[in-house]
This record gives sequence, C-alpha cells and structure tokens, in this order.
Amino acid sequence: MKRFAGFIRKEFYHIFRDTRSLFILFGMPIAQVLLFGFAITNEINNVDVAFFDKSKDATTQEIINKISASKYFTNKQMITNDAEIEPVFQKGSVKAVLVFEKDFSEKLTKENKTYVQIITDATDPNTSNTINSYLNSILQNYQLEINKDIKAPFQINSETRNVYNPELKSVFTFVPGVMTVILMLVSAMMTSISITREKELGTMEILLVSPLKPFQVILGKVFPYIFLSVINAIVIVLMSIFIFKMPVEGSLFLLGFESVLFIINALSLGILISTISSTQQTAMMISLMGLMLPVILLSGFIFPIASMASPLQVISHIIPAKWFIIIIKAIMLKGVGLSFIWKETLIILSMTLFFIIVSIKKYKIRLE
Amino acid sequence: MNTILYIIQKEFKQIFRNKGMLPIISILPLLQLLILSNAATFEIKNITFSYIDKDQTTLSRALIEKFDASTYFHVITDFPSIKEANAAMAKGEVDVILEIPRYFERDLSNQQDTDLSVTINAIDGAAAGVQNSYINQIVKDFDKKAKILMLPPSDPLNKPKNIESIPSSWFNITLDYKTFMVPGILVLLVSMITLFLSGMNIVREKEIGTLEQMNVTPIKKHQFIIGKLFPFWVIGFVLLTIGLIIAKVVFNTPMIGSLWLIYFYTAIYLLVILGMGLYISNFTDTQQQAMFIAWFFIVIFILMSGLFTPIESMPYWAQILTEFNPIKYFVEIMRMVMLKGSGFVDIIPLLVKTIVYAIIMNGLAVWSYKKTN
Amino acid sequence: MTDTNVIQVENLTKKFGDFVAVNAITFEVKKGEIFGFLGANGAGKTTAMKMLIGISKPTSGNAKVAGFDVFTNSEDIKKNIGYMSQKFALYDDLTVKENITFFGGIYGLSRKKIEEKRQLLVEELGLQNIVNELVGSLPLGWKQKISFSVALLHEPKIVFLDEPTGGVDPITRRQFWEMIYKASNNGTTVFVTTHYMDEAEYCDRVSIMVEGRIEALDTPKKLKEQFKVNSMNDVFLKLARNIE
Repeated sequence: MKRFAGFIRKEFYHIFRDTRSLFILFGMPIAQVLLFGFAITNEINNVDVAFFDKSKDATTQEIINKISASKYFTNKQMITNDAEIEPVFQKGSVKAVLVFEKDFSEKLTKENKTYVQIITDATDPNTSNTINSYLNSILQNYQLEINKDIKAPFQINSETRNVYNPELKSVFTFVPGVMTVILMLVSAMMTSISITREKELGTMEILLVSPLKPFQVILGKVFPYIFLSVINAIVIVLMSIFIFKMPVEGSLFLLGFESVLFIINALSLGILISTISSTQQTAMMISLMGLMLPVILLSGFIFPIASMASPLQVISHIIPAKWFIIIIKAIMLKGVGLSFIWKETLIILSMTLFFIIVSIKKYKIRLE
Repeated sequence: MNTILYIIQKEFKQIFRNKGMLPIISILPLLQLLILSNAATFEIKNITFSYIDKDQTTLSRALIEKFDASTYFHVITDFPSIKEANAAMAKGEVDVILEIPRYFERDLSNQQDTDLSVTINAIDGAAAGVQNSYINQIVKDFDKKAKILMLPPSDPLNKPKNIESIPSSWFNITLDYKTFMVPGILVLLVSMITLFLSGMNIVREKEIGTLEQMNVTPIKKHQFIIGKLFPFWVIGFVLLTIGLIIAKVVFNTPMIGSLWLIYFYTAIYLLVILGMGLYISNFTDTQQQAMFIAWFFIVIFILMSGLFTPIESMPYWAQILTEFNPIKYFVEIMRMVMLKGSGFVDIIPLLVKTIVYAIIMNGLAVWSYKKTN
Repeated sequence: MTDTNVIQVENLTKKFGDFVAVNAITFEVKKGEIFGFLGANGAGKTTAMKMLIGISKPTSGNAKVAGFDVFTNSEDIKKNIGYMSQKFALYDDLTVKENITFFGGIYGLSRKKIEEKRQLLVEELGLQNIVNELVGSLPLGWKQKISFSVALLHEPKIVFLDEPTGGVDPITRRQFWEMIYKASNNGTTVFVTTHYMDEAEYCDRVSIMVEGRIEALDTPKKLKEQFKVNSMNDVFLKLARNIE
C-alpha cells in the first residue's frame, strides 16, 4: 500500500510538473463553458430581412415599420423587382424576403383578404421556421389591431406553463451538455494518452516488472485524473450556478456522486482505448475523432434525441454522455432524487464495469 | 524541389504504414458522416403528449383527437389528475400535459371564453418554444372549427380582415435538415482530421528524437514545412471528395454551384488548418500538449461555426470572435455554393479573409520552426 | 586558421540562465583526425557538440566548422557534416532502404548516387536480408551501424558521433570502431563523444571535459604520461578527483 501511494505521488508529480498541460486542463473547460454558455443559443436576433413592396401603400408601410422595429429583424434593403431576390440570398446576409402583393390595402378593405409572401433562406430549416413564426406573429398582432372592433362571441385560450425553465433559457440545456462533453473527452483523452505514452516510451514494461500489480499500475495512473476531473466538474457546476444562474433543485451530494461515477466511466473508457492502441497518436485520434462528434451529436446536447430516427435513438443508448445529461438535468432543474434516475445511474455503472472488464481481458492477453 | 519530394514520399510511407491509424482517418470520419448527418436535426417530432380530460364530452374528445392526428404529437395517456401527470413529467415520461377544464363544452355553447391549461417541460427551451407554437396552432384551428360548428353564420360585412402569409422555403423546399447538415459535418470531419494529424506531426518527431537529426541536415525551413504540409493537404482533398460523393449518392444533397469553386476554396482553406496544426506542433513539447491545444480550438471552432446554432443568434462579442474561426468560413461557403449556387463574386469577401488567415498561419509555422535554439 | 584544421574553437561558451553549461572551451581538430570528446554525464559534451553542428546558438566565443562560422553560417556547416545522435535517429517506421533513400534525398544526392551508395552499403555491412525490414524491428547494434553509414552517405568532411556505442555488446562496438577507422582513412574527420574510457584509447587525440571546461587535451599516450598512469580510465579518475 505504501508502495502504491508512492506510485500515485509520482503520477501527480508528472502532471503538476507539466505546467502547460495543467494550464490547458483547467483553463480550457472554464473558457469553453463561459464562451458556450453565452454564445450558443437558438434564439434569433437582428435577422436581416428585405422587402419587395409591389403595393407601396399605407398598410404595407405600416407592416414594414412594425417588422423593422422589432428586435428580431433588421430592414436590410428594399427590392424593386423579382430578379433581385435570388442574388440577395446568394450574397448571404439576408435570411428572408417579404413580398407584398399589388393593391395590398385595397384588397384588404374590399375583399377582407390579402396576401404576403414570406420567402426564407431555408438552407437552415430551423432558422427558417423560427423566422417564419416570428414574422407571422407580427402579422397576426397587426391583424388584431385592425380588427379590434370586431368581437368574437367566444374564444378558446390556452394558457401555457413552461415548467423547469420558465424563461426558456437555452443556457439550461447547453451548460449540462458542455459539462458532459468536457468531462467525457478530457478524462478519456488524458488516461488513454498517459497510458500509451508509457507504452511508447518503454517505461510501461519497467512498471510491470515492478512488484506493483498491473491493476495497481493502471489505478495509480488513473487516480490523479479522477482528482483533476472532479475539480473540473466542481468548477463547471459553480460557474453554472453563479454565472449562468442555473438552479440546483436537487441534492448537491447526489450531483457530486453522479459526476464522480461519470468521470470514472470516462476514465475507464480511456483505459479501454489505451489497451487497443499502441501509439499515443492512435490513442488520441480514437479518443478525439471517435468520441467528439458522437458525444456532441448523439447525446442530446444540441439535438433532441426524441426527434431522431429510431436506429439513431438505439445508437444513442450506447453513448454514456446521453445518460449523464439526463441525470444532470433531472437533478439540477427538476430536483428529483435517486428514485427517479436509478435506471440511468445503473446504465452508466454497468457501462463502466463493461469497459473495465474488457480492458482487463485485453490487458491479460497482451501480457501472455 | 527534389528535397521536398523526398520528405513528401517519406511522410506518405509513414502514414500508410501505420495500420492502426488508417481506419481512423478514413473509415471513421466517413462512417460518422453517414450516421451523424441524420442525427443533427432540430425538427421537433414524437412529442409525448398526455392529457387530463375533466370534461369528458364530445367536444373535449374532438380536441384530443386533433392532437392525436398531428404528426408531431404522440398521444400516450390520460391522467386522472394533474398530480399524477406532474410526477410522470418529473420522471421524463411526458413532455406536454394538456388540461381540459370541466364544463368546457357547456361554457362554449353558452358563448363564454374558456381556458385550456398546458404544461410543457421546458428544460430544452428552444424545443419548448416550438412545442408551444404547435399547440397554439392546433388550438387555434380547433377554435375556428368550433365557431363554425356552434355559431350561426356571421354577417359577411362584419367579417374580420385577414392578411394571409404564404411561406416559401427557398434552396431547401422540403426543409430537409440533412441538406443543411451534410456539407457542414463534412467540413468538420475534414478539418478535424487535418488539424489533428498536422498538430501531432512535428512534435512527434521531436518526442522520438528524429527532429534533431533533421535539424542538422542542410534542409531549408520552407522545404521542411511544405514537405510536411503536402501529404495532409492531399488527405484533406481525398476525404472531401469521398465525402462529396457520399453526400450526392446517399443524401442526395443538392450541388447547385460550381464544384471547382469548392475545390479552389478548399485548397486555400486546408492551408489555414495545416499551418495552424504545424504552428501548434512547433511550440509544444509533447504530443499530449499539442492534442490538448488542438482539441481546445476545435471544440470552440465547431460549436461557434454556425453549423449547429446560428451565428446571428450569438451576442455581438461572440459574433466578432467567430471572425477568427476558419471552420465558420468553410461551412458558410459550402452552404452558399452547394445549396444556393453562389458564385465566385459572392464568396470574395470570405475568400480574402481565408487567404489572409492562411498567410498568417503559415508564416507563423515557418517562423516558429527553429532549426537552431 | 591553417588549412588542416577543420574545427577551430575559441572560448566557446553556452549559458542557460545562470548555469554555465560550457565554459570558454578552446581547441582545434585536424583533418582526418579521430577526436575523442570525453567527459562524465552532464559535463557539457552534448551541449558543446550541439553548438558545433549548428543546432544550438553559442552565448559567446568563436568557432568555425569546416571553415564556416557557427554564428552566421550554421546552414553551410550542415552541408558539410554528418551527425549521429545519442537518441537513435533513423525512422523506426521506415525500412532500411527507405531511410537511406530519404536521408540521401535530404542531402541532395541524385537518385543514381543514392542507388549506388545503397548497394555499396548493403554489401559492406551485409544487409542483404534486412534491407527491406523496418528499422524498428532491428537489434540496436544493427541500427547504430546503419545510422553511422547513413550519417556518411553524403560524404561529409566531418562526422559527429554522440555516444554512438551506448548499450551495445563488445563485438558490435569493435565492429563499429572499425567503421570509424575506415572513415578516417578515407579522409573524414571523426568527432566522437563517449564515456567508455577504453574507446578513448582508439582516438588520435582526446579532450576531457569536467564541469563545462576542458581539463586535458592531448594524445592518449601523452595524457597517460602526464598523469603517470596506465590507462585512460585512470586519467579520467584522477582529473575528476582533482576537481573535487
């Protein structure tokens, strides 16, 4: 045990001596959380729109003013003929063009009905949908205004209560996601690299012929990273509470426990990667190329899993990050206890065991 | 010139000899392109919907049927009270709860307003917003139908004035996310592979000790850097080409603009990424450090590229930061040229910025490579 | 500087912060000579050598290698020298043949010349069976012999060897020294660092560095006389003791 403690101390020395890596390890998550917490959002603001007004009457002018005054849209330019529309989009900045039909006002008073065409740059379908619905709501408000003298006999209203995140802040989805991505990648990458590094430099053999047992060697290598990752997790949680005002409805203790479990899961994945790669380069490419995009895309970090096709939903089950994101959101925002998330916890736990067992098997084969 | 050829030859041999690495730089990215392009969608579907029907009348059931008929909602169950429904939401079993009040039908027949209450799990704020708009749409339609059903025909003179909007979605009529995502994800994969490989390259020779051997040869700095860059430049092109073929054949992504323009831009873009990689490689001491730095930048580049979340939504300071993000330029150009058919003139501003960037990065790479300490 | 001096060093000094790694060393090496550069680990041998081969800038002093100044013409020096480092410096993931082709190419040899050189090398060293093997799979002794031959590929005026025989068996060391003699007979100057004192006996002249300074410089025979001992090992021990 004393020998083992000495070994762990050696590992800590290694890490703390490399100040540059240390700086990156601690500075990086902070910088990323800050940046993404503020910058990543789906809400739209100041979208450039153009108008093609074939009617040029009081009503269209009023509508144009209303749209330009809204904080969502900026009146970029006026267009005077059809041929101009496409180039405006191709240049890139304008996302929507509103085309008012001829005799707009006249039709509205005479026929009670008139048309406006909303052309959106649908290369980004999401933004296109959002722009459409925002423009429509401006149009509808205007309609209510001009119809205010006509009273409907009855109205079915729906009153919406947005629970867990009443202000619909996108920070609440993105911060847990960023935390997960950082913990997963940093932990898996660090362990896989530090183990393969010893292999590559030939020092692994020296450690293995020492009286330490192989699992002690691995454990000793991993232990400092558990420590580092826990610090990272704590920093991120503190930032999300104090900077992004995320609530912690549930128990902090449970959050801590689940985070440690997830960190161990990521570290054991790192060990597994190190058993199948012989050079640092391979280990890094597997942990970066293999993990980064799947963790970002299939974990529910940015894109809702429920909307994906079912084969993808099945694949998402094997991404540990997906389960951890569910857990963090449940604890922080919903305030539920272990009884609600025991399933997810158990899944992460079994994945961890699986990674460890496979690593041990692979490891033994190599030693023989 | 000859010297450069020898370095290129050597780099290629080393790349193709590393059997562990080959699948990671070839199959892995293409597989990800195939799978992950399907995952990246903001479309909100399969919303699990539940309700508490306190009225239990024909009208209330008709409303629920409306939700059932919608492709967005997937009606799972009714709850006897709000308490059970809330518990199910806490467990994550339902996204939306609709509560229909007692006397829903009776109030309406008496020409009284009535309030439905809707509870949405809003942890994902953006999705909640979309769900809310779907619900409002259905309720509004239902309101219209109910009026026709329950009221005498109204006086045409007193009809409300109506401004109809006709949406047209240009460049992506079916609002297909894959059309939007495939070019972007392809850009990411090409950028990641080339940045990681070039970032590890020189520092690896440093760690193994062969760099010292190179430094005592009369090789020129620019020969060395060019020789090192070229193979990865080629790899970038090969990946892009296979990726474009997959985009066309599998995803049927439109390619309206000129492919030559894309290749021309890629040639310059790759220089930015490779120069950046070699620069990282030069000022780090170990592969580990190099990778941490490369990782740090690539995550920022990816998430701030406008690929997943629109750049216009970012706060002003963040939009300025994206000006330093080469991936943003590439994503934008791919979408402009492939999906909108933008031509050379349209991309000039982006192209100029990229060229300046390439000159700076490669200047730094050559400058920071020191044969003498 | 006379025509016969290929290395001329005067008061060459290298400081890392406050630490003086190499302290005002002065010596010269004649053409065709085997010059032994001795010293304990950390005495400053490798640092001094790195300045001479142009990968480390001296803090002060003067030095000319193959007629070129180390301050201003380090790239010209590199055309005229060969170098074999302590850390083994061929590419493990290339074959012997590919390594030869690569380094030949880097030094600007023509394809034809490289081909000739390779055949010569294969014959001389008996590499027929391993020429297409990856260098990484070869035993250390082979690697070092090949590495030395590669350092001579472009027929440099001077070849610098940094502890070339570390970790190999006595027979291979013997063969290695035969190769050094052969190069020297062909007119190549050999500058070799080592801490094997028996190897020092094979050199024409040796210098002994202690704590950054050259404490002794002469032929092995004269050094033994000067210190009144029978072996270079004893010379070295005596010097080290004086310092303490």
